[in-house]
Amino acid sequence: MKITMAHGSGGKSTSELIDNIFKKANSNPVLDMMEDSAVVDGFKTIAITTDSFVVTPMFFNGGDIGRLSVCGTVNDLLMRGAVPKYITSAYIIEEGADTDDLEKIAESMSQTAKEAGVTLVCGDTKVIEGKCGIYINTTGVGFVENGIDIKSANCKAGDKVIVSGNLGDHHATILSSRMGISNSIKSDNAPLNEMVLGLIKNNIGVHAMRDITRGGLGTVLNELSSASGYGFLINEEDLPVSEAVKGFCEILGLNIMHMGNEGKMVAIVDSEDANKALQIIKSSKYGENARIIGTVTDDNGVIMNTKIGGKRIITELFGEGLPRIC
Amino acid sequence: MQIDKIKEYLKGYDGEQCTIMEVCGTHTAAISENGIPNMLSDKIKLISGPGCPVCVTVASYIDKLIELSMLPDTTVVTFGDMIRVRGTEKSLRDVTAMGASVKMIYSPFDIIELAKSNIGHNFIFAAVGFETTTPIYALIVDELIKNKIKNVKLLTALKTMPEAIMAVAKDNDKITGFLAPGHVSVITGYNLFCDMAKKLQIPFVVSGFSGQELLSSIYALTKLKGGQSLNMYTSVVTNEGNIKAQETVSKYFKPCDGAWRGMGIIKNSGMILKDEYKDFDAGSESLTSDSMYNSACSCGDVIAGKINPNNCPLYGKVCTPENPQGACMVSTEGSCFHYYMNKRL
Repeated sequence: MKITMAHGSGGKSTSELIDNIFKKANSNPVLDMMEDSAVVDGFKTIAITTDSFVVTPMFFNGGDIGRLSVCGTVNDLLMRGAVPKYITSAYIIEEGADTDDLEKIAESMSQTAKEAGVTLVCGDTKVIEGKCGIYINTTGVGFVENGIDIKSANCKAGDKVIVSGNLGDHHATILSSRMGISNSIKSDNAPLNEMVLGLIKNNIGVHAMRDITRGGLGTVLNELSSASGYGFLINEEDLPVSEAVKGFCEILGLNIMHMGNEGKMVAIVDSEDANKALQIIKSSKYGENARIIGTVTDDNGVIMNTKIGGKRIITELFGEGLPRIC
Repeated sequence: MQIDKIKEYLKGYDGEQCTIMEVCGTHTAAISENGIPNMLSDKIKLISGPGCPVCVTVASYIDKLIELSMLPDTTVVTFGDMIRVRGTEKSLRDVTAMGASVKMIYSPFDIIELAKSNIGHNFIFAAVGFETTTPIYALIVDELIKNKIKNVKLLTALKTMPEAIMAVAKDNDKITGFLAPGHVSVITGYNLFCDMAKKLQIPFVVSGFSGQELLSSIYALTKLKGGQSLNMYTSVVTNEGNIKAQETVSKYFKPCDGAWRGMGIIKNSGMILKDEYKDFDAGSESLTSDSMYNSACSCGDVIAGKINPNNCPLYGKVCTPENPQGACMVSTEGSCFHYYMNKRL
């Protein structure tokens, strides 16, 4: 069945769409009440974040926009040391979209929410004129325990920089799909609960965490540098990159430092805890390729020791030219 | 010689001042990405040359693309970088918001599929490039003829390197050696650069693109004298080049004078469709006039290697990758873009 403007009317067709697709995929006591707002248990300190997802294509190797819309928001909560608890979903659907696609996306969202330990507590659906696109906004709420203070400004000289796995996988997947290139590269879109909560549970001195999304590691490290006033020295030979993505970047002239992920993070940790932190991340789901890639310095900006023995400055991503990836 | 010995030699070099021009944009990118400039002694200076096809495109060519993109039932098809280059006033990006039809493609052969599935709609292909890409445009014309496709025309700004290198060398007497364009050499062959070295009495080295290959080639250029040359990219560059590609190009294209941004017209430095294939040309001839969007833009001097990008008064101030004034800051192979992104240390 195709989505029509009637599905966004707020009347019978809308409720049928909600019953047949969204309620079928997501059911819990709070959501099932179908009230105007969700009333849920609270906590002293909460983290809140929101993100919109407009990726093309909606289905890609290793994931889809539904999974992405949960992972993106959950990971943003985790990066502040919050335990993700609740998530909302607002769909903007273009006329002509296929309800089979919608069903798959809602189901994928539900599965990912379960994996990430968040309850989907409310949602919204709107239909607009267009070309069959589906866009999702999610808002997440997480609980922050006493004493947790993880933020970009906390980076200190001497801290170690850990990347949780191979760079560029999601970006290369979306680009491959957009360019009609067949390869084995899969999106890494994943919720990072296990590794982050593992670090917190083991009292690792985590000073800052950021998920590596649009703009890539180069942009994230520059943002951390600006926020903290410290510099970053990283080693090209320590960067985790799969052979497939490396080859893909070489052929297309892409810079791995500006390629985005959707299931990788960079953690800035106290140097004394760095090896333990690395082991925790490596033994967690989605963390097997984690590496210590560098150190926080007293300088400014981001400098890379190149494999051949040179040095270069890594800037944030400028301009665009690459398709939107999330 | 071991690479460690080469590195040691290049860092400690204390001979005569070397000024080496890397002609090719991909070399410019690889040199920056490998952090090579800070591995060299102060007596070895690397300068970027005219080897980025987007950077050397004149304003009148962009203006013509813009004019064509505004025609009814017409779409201008181009590679990404071209969209952001400014003509006399505007870029293709600026006019898309005013109703112009511009489509970015990743593979040149996408144009064939586009044309087949949109009969009745006209496509103008922005065909820019050097010896490396011209064979692809020749193959596209070949496909258009074979498939009797009538709704595609090329607006060409195709350039050939030898004449431009000769012009740069005559204009800049500081250059002591050339890293010959690697990809171009695959097509033209190594012999061409041997001849040029002899004519100019400046050494040429054909180099690969890895950090190690580049360091070895720079090392060679500090050792070679006068008209000597060396092919250090023998895995893909032969003496004669790719004869088949050369034949395909000469079937459809003929030499013409080329207009280079900031450098003026260089005789016989361009390629244009032969008269019998004029039906596939969208009006490429006489697109030679040039004007900088910002009169202080020093793209011409940058391309000719006369100044470093950071010596341009606009560099990093009003001209950044976010808001490029000149083409050298637009292209991912442009020297200004690379200086800015990798800030050669």
